[in-house]
Amino acid sequence: MGKTLFEKIWDAHIVVEKENSPSLIYIDRHLVHEVTSPQAFDGLRMNNRSVRRPDLTIATMDHNVPTNNRTLPILDQTSAIQIQTLEKNCKDFGIQLFDINSPNQGIVHVIGPQLGITLPGSTIVCGDSHTSTHGAFGALAFGIGTSEVEHVLASQTLWLEKPKPFEIRVEGKRKNPHAVTAKDIVLSIIKNIGTSGGNGTVIEYRGEGISDLSMEQRMTICNMSIEAGARAGLIVPDEKTYEYLRGRKYTPKNYESLVDYWRDNLKTDNDAKFEKNYTLHVDNIAPQVSWGTNPGMTCDVTESVPFPEDFSKGDQNQKKGAEKALEYMALKPGTPITEIKIDRVFIGSCTNARLEDLIEASKVVKGRKLSSHVRAMVVPGSQMVKKQAEELGLDKIFTDANFEWREAGCSMCLGMNPDILSPGERCASTSNRNFEGRQGTGGRTHLVSPVMAAAAAIEGHFVDVREMDLN
Amino acid sequence: MQSFKKVKTIITPLDKVNVDTDQIVPKQFLKLVQKSGFGKFLFYNWRYDDQEHLKSDFILNDTKYKNSKILVVGDNFGCGSSREHAVWALQDYGFSVIIAPSFADIFYSNCFKNGLLPIILDDKTVEKIHQETGEIEIDLENQIIKTSSGEISFAIDLHKKKILLEGLDDIAQTLLYEKKISEFEKQSKIPSVL
Repeated sequence: MGKTLFEKIWDAHIVVEKENSPSLIYIDRHLVHEVTSPQAFDGLRMNNRSVRRPDLTIATMDHNVPTNNRTLPILDQTSAIQIQTLEKNCKDFGIQLFDINSPNQGIVHVIGPQLGITLPGSTIVCGDSHTSTHGAFGALAFGIGTSEVEHVLASQTLWLEKPKPFEIRVEGKRKNPHAVTAKDIVLSIIKNIGTSGGNGTVIEYRGEGISDLSMEQRMTICNMSIEAGARAGLIVPDEKTYEYLRGRKYTPKNYESLVDYWRDNLKTDNDAKFEKNYTLHVDNIAPQVSWGTNPGMTCDVTESVPFPEDFSKGDQNQKKGAEKALEYMALKPGTPITEIKIDRVFIGSCTNARLEDLIEASKVVKGRKLSSHVRAMVVPGSQMVKKQAEELGLDKIFTDANFEWREAGCSMCLGMNPDILSPGERCASTSNRNFEGRQGTGGRTHLVSPVMAAAAAIEGHFVDVREMDLN
Repeated sequence: MQSFKKVKTIITPLDKVNVDTDQIVPKQFLKLVQKSGFGKFLFYNWRYDDQEHLKSDFILNDTKYKNSKILVVGDNFGCGSSREHAVWALQDYGFSVIIAPSFADIFYSNCFKNGLLPIILDDKTVEKIHQETGEIEIDLENQIIKTSSGEISFAIDLHKKKILLEGLDDIAQTLLYEKKISEFEKQSKIPSVL
């Protein structure tokens, strides 16, 4: 029987295999950041262990770095200590670090691909659940906890139980690809399969609706695999993949011979068997807006906030969850989504802060002004994205419209730095999680695409971006 | 890691599904660089009001449950962020066992690295345990939960059970395979980053 790409990568990385037990899997790339690593380095010190492969380990600071003026000291003392701790750990253990002043600094899942560190067919881990992003390049990439970070630092391996392959086909053509985006595709998928629909699986995204996407759009899709509960999400690499990685800072010297090998080997066989299947048709999908407190609580922009009994389809726990969510979000069932007013807009995060995201959002913003009651910030995913955007004049488009243009980091996606919502504030956000309090205690998050966020910023409430003239 | 001993206490029933790790430990408490002391931040936004006073309507604040070591929750517990701080907080607060119909993958795997036992049971059985008011006993060795109304057996991967019962150092075990890891590296096609 044939194999899926995931199974081929898995098999090629088995160091030790035992029956009815987890396998020891080799890790090709380990990305490290300041929040989930300090206790792991401490563990190494306590046991007198070293980092086995510093040459396969790359660190940056992204989660709690401020996104305002970088020449100022970090005011939050605990953040400052965490950042200094990462600097010391990288120095002590010989790990390459892109620190706060590095031109390569940025969100770990944005810089990995940009620097050519992410490679097809490789295994990639990071102490961050959105590591699934790198699956867009045909890598097996997943988030791990701090104990596993320590384990990888010490041994470059992990004991893992093999997840099940899950095929998600995305078929058809979007009518207006500038208004209906990769974010809307992935939110539609999560809305349909649920936030635990992917538990225990690695998703392979396939079909015309996926191969049509650019690499940056594919990253948005794979990034949110974890929001459906999947351990990882991946896409079989094609010429777009190989072209994207060509000539980057850390692209391997023998890249072309690797590409020849990948072309022949990194495929899912025609007779491969998936344990689960789901198909989304994208011909008629609308821009999506989340209304609740998990990413599965999402609807079309043309719809209204659902009644809990309709949403739950008879499941009492889901009904209770929806009631709680609406109470937290201060929304009444039956309210049209386009009547929901917003206070804040966040364009950023490892989901949607790449150059294309900013270009698309800028087309909505150009020549218009921010609604007077809205505060909006644009936080590029990396310093490289910021620089490229500035070369295109995007910063000017945003600041002319009264948006804030900031330095790179995770920022208000999880609000570990000073970029947070105040209690009760409502935000149109291009991030990945609308959990209670995620963007600030009492803050209310609506997940949307970059163009939908930009349109909401201009109008002061959600609008169907398909009805706007895009510059 | 400490080896897992039998646990016998009343349960704390938390009637919620999809409890994400942002709720278990909010992000403002992830800045600590050690593993200890996270218990006071457990379910922070549910336990405390904005003046940092305990909310009377949240179950953990009912003194009846003060010595409970067994948390019983709904589907998909621990979804979202990979933060192991969620496990550290649950343990530091005093929980040793979490019972649910399902767990999110990363959270589940983080439990075993720290000696916290996650038990998966079907919806109906979890519902039944939810109603238990007296002490119940968790016997990992024999994979049995003893309740007032009888015994419930539970399944667990043998390798994971061994890790908990023996309190094994995962890394020390792995480093015994040094030769195999080195052999793998010699034939690997993926080059170094630098």
